[in-house]
Amino acid sequence: MVLNNIEKLLEKYENGETTLKEEQQLKHYFSQETVAPHLEMYKPMFDYFLGNQQEQFTKDVPLKTKRRFNYKWISVAAVAVLMLGFYFTPIIDDNCNDLGTYCEPEQALEEVSKQLAMISSHFNKGTQAVGYLGEVDKGTATLGYLNEIENTTNIIFKN
Amino acid sequence: MTQTEFLNIVMPFKDKVFRLAKRLLVSTEEAEDATQEVLLKLWNNKAKIQEYKNVEAFSMTMTKNFCFDKLKSKQSQNLKIVHSNYEENNTPLQKQVELNDSVSWVGRIIEELPEQQRMIIQLRDIEEYDYDEIAEMLGMNNTAVRVTLSRARKTIREKLTNTHNYGIK
Repeated sequence: MVLNNIEKLLEKYENGETTLKEEQQLKHYFSQETVAPHLEMYKPMFDYFLGNQQEQFTKDVPLKTKRRFNYKWISVAAVAVLMLGFYFTPIIDDNCNDLGTYCEPEQALEEVSKQLAMISSHFNKGTQAVGYLGEVDKGTATLGYLNEIENTTNIIFKN
Repeated sequence: MTQTEFLNIVMPFKDKVFRLAKRLLVSTEEAEDATQEVLLKLWNNKAKIQEYKNVEAFSMTMTKNFCFDKLKSKQSQNLKIVHSNYEENNTPLQKQVELNDSVSWVGRIIEELPEQQRMIIQLRDIEEYDYDEIAEMLGMNNTAVRVTLSRARKTIREKLTNTHNYGIK
């Protein structure tokens, strides 16, 4: 009965109509030591299939993570540089004599007021020179008398 | 995706990729190279791996295409790989020799089949895939797979019966 079933399955198998389960059944049957003599030629085929299932890939694959350049790190580096810059700037300010300025605020104030005083004295010199313009005003005032002369000449000529 | 995640995806079917490659390329070394190449390609495109519906079927298709490329370039080089099984005959037991021989006969018979039939025999009888899966991997339709498979099985059986009967008749 089993044999009958197997023969039927074999026919279906050759027509490509068997399901995976039925094929399992066939493989199981032919993996036995003894099979029906008239079916013996199938045995090596199924033995071969089962044997080939065991073959494995043993070589290992070198999986290298591709180093992609990450632009995020640029911003991190920039921030770090900025922080370092802020951290170190007061130290650079300390040796301010190199820059030709005054470190003491009082000294600086004194110097500034001295400079401003000098500037204002120079200004005053300028305004003194402008004072002479008053003389010009006086001159124009005397010119006003010329009008009086014109009035009198008008009267003369009318008559 | 980390390396372990990738390996978890790939591990279950890497042997199948290897066996399919070996079925097509015959030589073990070539098959190993092909498998390595396929896995590396998957790894390099690991960002896209989530998009694939079925990574296994996709890799099998990749393997098939890769092996075809290999075979094509090999044909132009006119390089032939000759298989010899002489060492295997050293086993003393007559019966075992016979069995071993007939098993290796199957391998030789399958090697003689056209590539399409070889692949389908491999995928169906050895890897035990669904017809639908095979159809998807090879880009064929379901009935075409069945027809090709049936043809291949009949050829194998016929040749096996012939060799089986040589000793008797």
